[in-house]
Amino acid sequence: MAATIRLSWRMLRRDWRAGELTVLSLALVIAVGSVTSVGFFTDRVRLALENQANTLLGADLVMISDKAIPETLRDDAARLAVQSTTSIEFPSMMMSDERNQLVSIKAVESAYPLRGELRISPQRFAPDQVAIGIPEAGSIWVDMQLLDLLGVNVNDVVRVGEADFKIASVLTNEPARASGQLFSLAPRVMLNLSDIASTELLTPASRVRHRMMFAGEITAVANFRAMVEPRLQPGQRMEGIEEARPEVRSALERARRFLGLAAMVSVLLAGVAVATSSQRFIRRHLDSCAVMRCVGASQQQILSIFMLQMLWLGLIAGAVGCLLGFGAQFILVGIIGSLADFALPTPSLLPVLVGLLTGLATQFSFALPPLLHLKNVPSLRVLRRDLGALPTRSISTYGLGFVVLSALIVWQAGDLKLGFYVLGGLIVALLLLAGVALLLLKALAAFRAHLFVEWRFGVTNLMRRPMSSVAQVIAFGLGIMVLLLFSVIRDDLLDEWGNSLPDDAPNRFLINIQPDQIEPLTHFFSEQGLKAPTLYPMIRGRLIEIGGVTLQPDDYENPRAQRLLERQFNLSWAAQMQADNQLITGEWWPDSDSEGQFSVEEGLAKTLAIEVGDTLVFLIDEQRVSARVANLRSVKWDSFRPNFYVIASPGVLESYSSSYMSGFYLPENEYLVLDKMVRQFPNITVIDIAAVMTQVRTIIERVTLAVEYVFLFTLIAGLLVMYAAIYSTLDERIHESVILRTLGASRRRLLNGVIAEFVTLGALAGMVAATAASLLGYVLAVHLFQLEYQFNGWVWLIGVIGGGVGIGLAGVLGTRKVLNYPPLLALREM
Amino acid sequence: MAENISRSIVRVQGLSKRVVSPEGELVLLDDLSFEIDAGEAVAIVGASGSGKSTLLGILAGLDVPSDGQVWLDGHELFKLDEDGRAALRQSSVGFVFQSFQLLPNLTALENVMLPLELGGAVDVEPQASDMLARVGLAERLHHYPKQLSGGEQQRVAIARAFVVKPKILFADEPTGNLDSATGERVIALLFELNREQGATIVLVTHDDALARRCNRSFRIDAGCLVAAEPLVAM
Repeated sequence: MAATIRLSWRMLRRDWRAGELTVLSLALVIAVGSVTSVGFFTDRVRLALENQANTLLGADLVMISDKAIPETLRDDAARLAVQSTTSIEFPSMMMSDERNQLVSIKAVESAYPLRGELRISPQRFAPDQVAIGIPEAGSIWVDMQLLDLLGVNVNDVVRVGEADFKIASVLTNEPARASGQLFSLAPRVMLNLSDIASTELLTPASRVRHRMMFAGEITAVANFRAMVEPRLQPGQRMEGIEEARPEVRSALERARRFLGLAAMVSVLLAGVAVATSSQRFIRRHLDSCAVMRCVGASQQQILSIFMLQMLWLGLIAGAVGCLLGFGAQFILVGIIGSLADFALPTPSLLPVLVGLLTGLATQFSFALPPLLHLKNVPSLRVLRRDLGALPTRSISTYGLGFVVLSALIVWQAGDLKLGFYVLGGLIVALLLLAGVALLLLKALAAFRAHLFVEWRFGVTNLMRRPMSSVAQVIAFGLGIMVLLLFSVIRDDLLDEWGNSLPDDAPNRFLINIQPDQIEPLTHFFSEQGLKAPTLYPMIRGRLIEIGGVTLQPDDYENPRAQRLLERQFNLSWAAQMQADNQLITGEWWPDSDSEGQFSVEEGLAKTLAIEVGDTLVFLIDEQRVSARVANLRSVKWDSFRPNFYVIASPGVLESYSSSYMSGFYLPENEYLVLDKMVRQFPNITVIDIAAVMTQVRTIIERVTLAVEYVFLFTLIAGLLVMYAAIYSTLDERIHESVILRTLGASRRRLLNGVIAEFVTLGALAGMVAATAASLLGYVLAVHLFQLEYQFNGWVWLIGVIGGGVGIGLAGVLGTRKVLNYPPLLALREM
Repeated sequence: MAENISRSIVRVQGLSKRVVSPEGELVLLDDLSFEIDAGEAVAIVGASGSGKSTLLGILAGLDVPSDGQVWLDGHELFKLDEDGRAALRQSSVGFVFQSFQLLPNLTALENVMLPLELGGAVDVEPQASDMLARVGLAERLHHYPKQLSGGEQQRVAIARAFVVKPKILFADEPTGNLDSATGERVIALLFELNREQGATIVLVTHDDALARRCNRSFRIDAGCLVAAEPLVAM
């Protein structure tokens, strides 16, 4: 065995030197590289979550609630020797002398944080240090960006609600910057909990998040949790270190699946390249095998030598692929990692294992069938070359590879159903693309007689290997399609979305308006020469019964339904339906309705299985409020107008504590109005929708850039498929070109033929890509985003020209050996 | 399994080879029987298509007969399976082919090392390079087959055949692809090494001059042994 291992290693080196393994190994490097780059990236985020879970949480256990948490819980904790502290968080406006800004306020107690540390610096850009304690009463710590936004500095005084605060330090690091902070909207302001009363910002209708944090011995914390958890009220939840950052976890899981599946497309194409180049490798080793059999190698020995050779190659190419993936994930981190707000540790070795296994599985599943053929090469082939030829490509060649890759795709999807959907979608898409490619080729062939001689030659070459040509058109088509989809069509969709909003669509939201401010606020608007916006009442309540059935979040499998039942949501009342809502079923109530009814948004109704006629019971201010559902209506959420899931008819909700909200359009040059308004009504929170839209756009661009980047591997894999295809026909091409040159064809004429072949191939791929990208764009626009879709002619032009030039160039580079091969040498080798 | 039968290294009894073709059954070899003694040089001659290469293939265990038996170095060849015959070739047989059959990705030296490596021998490079020096290619060790002339390629093939010190060497038209002067030199080398190592040579040729250098020649015509011409002076 040792001799066989030695020999296989030597044979590998010899074949490598002869260039027999270049395409095969590159294909493996790309397959492993694409899988590991995604693997390393998601692994780093996962590790960050695991390693820093308790510092991210700021404690070992946190109770989160939308209402104040009873102080008795602290006594329960103390009895078990578990420390505790509380904090509250809410959005508010902050004012300097000149400007105002929406901020995220966090009020903390002296023991905060129980785990991890706060870091502050005395000045902007000064080195930071661990903070001792929390902000003193009357002073605040703020994010550095806030200093710029408000045009203030450390030691300046700013106003929050009805109180003034001195900025004492710049807050540089904070544990538990949690809940929705992945794409944080407002800069942080930290203040002392004892100062909250003086701001006069909190009313029963305010959106406040209360936290009580606990830390202690592991068992003590576990006992405490076991004691408290069964007593959790609706709207309260516990978060331990294993549940930390659920929003990051689910975003990560989605990213892992999506990028993982995108990487699988590269693996699939790499598999085709592996299969094609293995075929050539095996075909070129048939004689060698016969000679080796002749000089005494056993079947077992031959199989072992080649299997081991493949194994070494797989391991080496896998290792290089891992290095490539490791380098590539840094770029991925640069693109989307910065959207997360914490430092990423170095990744574990798990992605290496996954990458190597993916590489070996791809390699062996595609290379094994032809490889097994080698042991059957008869030694008599040394006398009769027609014996032991490789059987033509068949299901057995690609069947195993297909099965293994399907399993890999299902595994990457992490869910059997999703996996099969993706797989099914992929197969249907590939078949459709293949059909289109084949039709285009056929159409071209019919047209062949009218072409110049070189083009005729090129097109004939494509037609002669129709299956290989179709495979190449699909490979390039996929790569180009993704590029088109994420560049031209993405921008079209974003523009369309921007254009779909009327010019006077609200760009500022006002929330937290108190009932006694309605009158003065309306007056304020008319004073400023602005049209007073419609104010909508807003009441917070929790849905507890549908049609007489008491609801438990666990009764629903749908996570959205569970979330909806766990938290309070905003209700409103109105006599008339909003103009941009649409009635789906039921009737809107008459003006003189006295019965008390609800109108429910159709999406919510579907999630919670609410029907017209059901009686809903809400818990508002600890009281049950019930009414019958009169109708379901649809809402255009992306219109940026205030909208509500549930609206009551007049008379149902008025007696409960409420606040008001509004959306209005503020011309850009009138922003000073906001300053005046915030000064006059310090409790009102202003949300800048334009800023949110910019942020959404940034996120979409970053995410699509990341996907595009992963698909770069797909494009490289596509090029490899082409190289593999060229290489598999190289011997044949050399043979032909030698005969043609011996018969007097010039190199220029042969070159033109090659150019014609590959430019045609690239243009066909571009056409397929543009069609597929436009159709996908249409489906996304109409069905997902409800936008009008304008087909963009540039997509076809860019696709066809880009594809033709790119692939043409690559093809000429790949076949230059054919043109430069000395005819005499080729004739001698025949 | 080994069965010592006289001093013959090759013994053939009732050997036939038939194939089925669209035109019906085709007889390639028809009931051949003969013996070859150790150390002999034997030529198998005949016109193209007479069946001489088929005979060589069967004698070397590369192909199987329809009927009959072949004993090679005391082993009843077709009682062995394919791998058993390969093992026998490894220990006792060398080959030289008309088309040289060098592995294109291997240098001259590596081509000669290959059979030794397949046999599991270690540190085979000195042995292989000595052999190449012996055939006059000391300066060509690291050349690839396509960088060598036809005569040089055939000398590499001879070195590869003799490096394992075979008891019997099968050669299929060894000069068929060479000009007559080069062919002459290659044949001289072949017989010289044969004498040095005391091996038996069985060669297929249609070159009468070459056949005359052998101890005996068998003439095959339409699958039948028409004449076994004994003892021509070497």
